[in-house]
Parts: sequence; structure tokens; C-alpha cells
Amino acid sequence: MFLNVKTAVAAIALSAMAGSAFARDLVINFDDLNPGPKKGFDDAVALFQEENPDINVIVNNNDREAHKTAIRNFLTADAPDVTSWYPGNRMAPFVDAGLFQPVDDVWEENGFKEDLAAIMPTMSRDGKIWGVPYSYYQWGIYYRKDIFDLLELEEPQTWDELLGACAKMKENGVTPFAIGTKFLWTAAGVFDYINLRTNGYDVHNALTAGEIKYTDPRIRATFANWETLINECGFIDNHASMSWQDAIAPFANGDAAMYVMGNFAVDGFKNAGLTEEQIDFMPFPTIDPAIAPAEEAPADAFFIPTNAKNVEDAKKFLAFVARPDVQTQWNMTIGQLPINSKADISDDKFIQEGFALLNSAQGLAQFYDRDAPAAMAKAGMEGFQEFMLDPSKVDAILERLDTVQEEVYN
Amino acid sequence: MSDAAHQPQAKPNWLSRNKLAVAPWIFLIPALIFFAIYVVIPIFESLWLSLYEWNGLYTADGESTATWVGFGNYVKLWDDPNFWTSLRNNIAWLVLYMLAVPLGLFIALYLNQTVTGMRFYKSMFFFPFVISQVVVGLIFGWFYNPDFGVVGTVWKALFCEETINIVGNVTFTCSRPAPDILSSPEWATYGIIAAGLWPQIAYCMILYLTGLNNVAADQIEAARLDGAKGWKMLWYVVVPQLKPATFIAIVVTVIGALRSFDMIAIMTQGGPFGSTNVLSHYMYEVAISEYGERYGYGSSVATVLFGIMLIFISYFLWRMYQDEKGGR
Repeated sequence: MFLNVKTAVAAIALSAMAGSAFARDLVINFDDLNPGPKKGFDDAVALFQEENPDINVIVNNNDREAHKTAIRNFLTADAPDVTSWYPGNRMAPFVDAGLFQPVDDVWEENGFKEDLAAIMPTMSRDGKIWGVPYSYYQWGIYYRKDIFDLLELEEPQTWDELLGACAKMKENGVTPFAIGTKFLWTAAGVFDYINLRTNGYDVHNALTAGEIKYTDPRIRATFANWETLINECGFIDNHASMSWQDAIAPFANGDAAMYVMGNFAVDGFKNAGLTEEQIDFMPFPTIDPAIAPAEEAPADAFFIPTNAKNVEDAKKFLAFVARPDVQTQWNMTIGQLPINSKADISDDKFIQEGFALLNSAQGLAQFYDRDAPAAMAKAGMEGFQEFMLDPSKVDAILERLDTVQEEVYN
Repeated sequence: MSDAAHQPQAKPNWLSRNKLAVAPWIFLIPALIFFAIYVVIPIFESLWLSLYEWNGLYTADGESTATWVGFGNYVKLWDDPNFWTSLRNNIAWLVLYMLAVPLGLFIALYLNQTVTGMRFYKSMFFFPFVISQVVVGLIFGWFYNPDFGVVGTVWKALFCEETINIVGNVTFTCSRPAPDILSSPEWATYGIIAAGLWPQIAYCMILYLTGLNNVAADQIEAARLDGAKGWKMLWYVVVPQLKPATFIAIVVTVIGALRSFDMIAIMTQGGPFGSTNVLSHYMYEVAISEYGERYGYGSSVATVLFGIMLIFISYFLWRMYQDEKGGR
């Protein structure tokens, strides 16, 4: 008995020594258990493991919502070496609390400042770069091509063409836009686009950074255009009690013809029975031709916590996930866009169009609720939903948002 | 060991002398420890936290990032329209939830008769209380849905006609849009309260059913001989005897109204634009939810809710204490 215990202890000690001698642990926390994203991540990790046999990669993959809660604890209590998170204002609390470490050297050494140039401002805060993105996706208008063909409509390029197309749809009993605003953020997508087209990328940033007021004439102009869109185009009834998935039903049924959404919705459209030929993608039309085109393109990224134990290999992994071949493969699996401009893309038509769109964009917005601080985003999106239900309340809404803004940014 | 054995037997030690006084405390200690850790200490912690501004994060060294703001959070609350909306809704919940008490009484009176299969009917009426609040919320959410719910289906039958849309699918065109109860800032709160009343009435009913078993038959008999019947019989003879049941029914209904969190979280998440929030859900929203992360502010909402609850709790405790004194 005693002998057994002794040998067991010795064995454990030996294996622990072996572990430390031959493989360094690299702990990675990831946040997507959906089959596609999980496979993309697992394949990338497998490749990384193959290229670095001396590193022992340990993966903790968690559900997306659970990860959002867990990260607040594990960054302090039990930090992994790499964690997935979002750039823009979503990383700001962690950067400000000193929980992430800057990775400027990774960008410098691997030439990411050229290859990932478009996303660099979003990954930066206080003059430093805090993470490396592996994927993003485009937003825009998804529309029913078959309905457009029946009505002999072309993709509208300008605001007037859009309003004209809407008039024709309404004459034929088609509601122009589907949307489900129960969870608020979908309305922010519409707001962001009208604002980006009315005022441009800089005003979007200034607004979400709290530098201009909501009662500013430029933002009022955005809301005036939105009101035009509600009156002359119109959204489906009862959108406030629908999630974005619920609102696919009228779109799939042919009651509504357009949907302002991110590329992840294509999966939902196909699951609702629509074929590739029935749906198509177009950029949100131009409102003011003098404004440089900017798009919404929320990115997913990896960060290194300050308390990481194996920083050296963590940086190796960050350099790895932004490599063109890795990004190509990964994004083909998950059906999104690689950020590295040297990466290739799949021949899916939505990915092709999105890639062209984002490469020609002069600015990439993350999304209202990622660019603005949480409390502001919540109040803002509630205001957007209220506005969509009753545009006449616009003055009261904007004044209230000004009050919130004053509180949040001070 | 040997020292203790040599001590004189005549002098009992402290423990055995105070056995009767000490024993209850020994039994209470485990419960008290857990009550302190999970209830009492957190109450004081959140009172304390309400004087800070904090996003819930610690620095890499494990130090809190909170900053002292004194009563700043309470000043903000005073100017926060969402807070007042929540408070107003809390009051609406308290007032309308009280309907559960008389409605529960009437159902209990109706069910308190001997008919074949009465047990089955009783259990049917009691059913909503057995299922989880979350399920009740889901069922009512679907019930109110203007597209596929009962409300929507009935509305379609009355005001809509079936047409074929442009791509040849069946759709409905309505002369009036269907009412979207849970998305209307005016009606959503009442819609949720109605859903909450369903299990609450069942709860009150079961309390009254047990109460009715203890109503003295001889008093009813005597009242009947004196010519009492109908409402007078109910009000002057039956209801006074149900006083203990009424007291408990009111207590559980007040508590139920104040902790109306789950229904709201399931049915509207406080929306549309915060118009169905109550304090407990607003606290969750500003502190813990995805767009919250203001723990100090959330704690100040919790403190206000705690203050309101304290009024009721102290009253109920005082009443119970008085009753016990009177009973002895």
C-alpha cells in the first residue's frame, strides 16, 4: 500500500516535470459553441498545435453570453493566456482597468499595420493597440431578388431611388422593410446606416465618443431622414414584439422585401426556406454623395490579459490568427470575412460582395452598441425603438439622450 | 485528560448548567451562518456599494476600480425618468395584484362544495401556481402575440381577410392592425400583471380553501337561523373567520408583486423602451445585464427597493407580534 502511494506520487511528480520540460501550456478562452464558429476555431488551434509541437494548447470554449459574464471574473481571478473579446468601446473598460496588455510589437513585427490597416483605429485606445482581430462581417440591405424582379426594380443606389422603389412596393402590397426591434440592437443598425450616410464616419465616432450632442442639427438631420424612411418606406407592423429571427417570417413569406442586417442573417434566411437565388445583398444607398462611404463591420478579436502566464506563446498565437492563410481557412469555415487584406475569400456571393464593399469603405464602424459605452448604448437604443414606434416624439427622445450623454461621459 | 477526571463531580460545568439556554442556539448556528453570509452581509455590502461608482471590474492586482461618490447615485436616481417609471410600475403591480385576494376568495367559495370530480376542478384551478413563473410568462407572451398568438388569431378572424401576396403566398390584410399589447408603452405593464395574476389567484385560492375548512359550521347555522344569507353572510360571518387566511394571502401577494422580476424578464425585458420596468428588473438592467455594468447605481436602486420592502416587512412582523401577544 505504502509502496503504491509512493510510486503514484513519484509518477505524478515525474509527469509534471515532463510537462514543464517538453511543453509549455497556452490557455485560450474562446466564446462560440455554435457548430460553424467552433469548427473554425478548433481547426485553427489544431494547425497551430501542429506548427508548434512544443506548446501544449488548452482550450476553454464557452457560450457567447456566458463568456460575457465570465470574462469579468477570469481576467482578474484566473487569467488565460489569450481570450476572445470585441474591439471598440467593448474593450475600453478592460483596457482602462489595466486588464489587457498592449500588443503593438505583434503588429509591428508581422506587418499588420499594413495588412490590417482598416481595423487598426478600432483596435487602438490611448495610442496603443490591444488585440488582433480574426474575422468580421458586413452589414447592409438583404433583399428579395424575386420580388425586385417581379416589380422590375433595380438595386437602388441613391436615397431617392430607394424611396421610389419603396413606393412601388407599397403599391403592390409589399411592406418595404422587415425588422424585429424587441432586443433593440437591430434598430441601432438602421440608425447607424442613416447616420453614416447622412453625416459620415467622423460624426458617427464623435457621437459615440460623446463629443457631439444628440440634439445637434446633424443628428436631427439623421432622424429627419429616418422619419422619411418610416413614412415613405415603412417597416412591418408589430416589430417591437419580434426578435430579428421572428422578423424573418414576413421576409421569407414575401410580405416584406428588404432587411437591414448583418451577414449572419443569411443562414437564418436559408433556414426559413429561401434559396440563394431569392435573396441578394446591396449596400445601403447613398444619401449625400459628398459623404465618403463608411460601413458597419463588427470584428471579433483576441486579446492577451495582463495576468497571462505565457505571454510569449500568446503573442505567437495572436500573430498566427492574423496570418493570411489562417484567416482564409477560418473565415471560409464560419462564412465571414477575413480582415487581413492578403487573405482569400470563399466564392459565396454574399462574402464576395461584402469583401468588395468593406475594402472600398473609407471607415469601418463597429456598431452603435460597441462604439458607445454600455449605458449610453442602452438608452440610445431604447430611444431608437421609441422613435420607430412614434416618430413625433423625436424632440423628447433627443433631449433625454442628451441628459444621459452628459451623465455617462462625465 | 487526567486533570478533568480528578475534578470534583459536585460542580457541574458551565455548559451543562446552561443547557436549556444554549441548545437552541447550537441548532440555529448553521442557519444563522448561512443567513448571514447570503442575506445579511450582502445587504450591508450593497448599501455600502451604492455610495460608489463601479463597473464591476478589479485591476490585474485584484484591487477594486470603484470610486467614492457619496450620495451621487441617489441624486442621479432622482433625475432618472426610468427610475420613476419603474417605481410607478411597482405601485401599479402592488395595487392591481391585490385583485388576486378577492378573486381567489370567490373561486375558493365556488369550489368549496361537494360535487363529483371537485378534486379534479380544484387541481385544475391550482395548476398555474404549480408551473414555473417563467413558463407562465412564455405562455402569456405567445398568447398576446399579434401574429401567431390567441389575440392575433381572434383579431384575424374578426378584422382581417386572407389574401395572396406578390410571390403567391397566403397573407393577411387587416382593416385595423392587431393590438400589440406587449409592445405598447401604455398597455404592456397591465398585460404582464394580468399574466402574473393568473398564478397568484390560484395561490390565494388554495389559502382560502384551507381556511374555509376551518370555518365553524355552528356559526353558519346560527347565522342562517338569524336570517343572514348571501353577501351579509359572507361579509359578517365567513370573512371574519377567514382573517388569518386573508392576512397570509395579502402578505404573499405583496411579496409576489414586489418580486415580479421573472415575468418581466421573460415577457418584455423591461421594454418597450423601459416602460414595463419595475425596480427589481431595473436594478438588474443597470448592474448585471449586458448594457449595465454600473454596480454602484444598481445598488442604489436595490437600496430604494429594500426600503420599500422594509416598510411592508416591518408592518407584517409587527402585526404577527401583536397577534402572538394577543393569543397568549
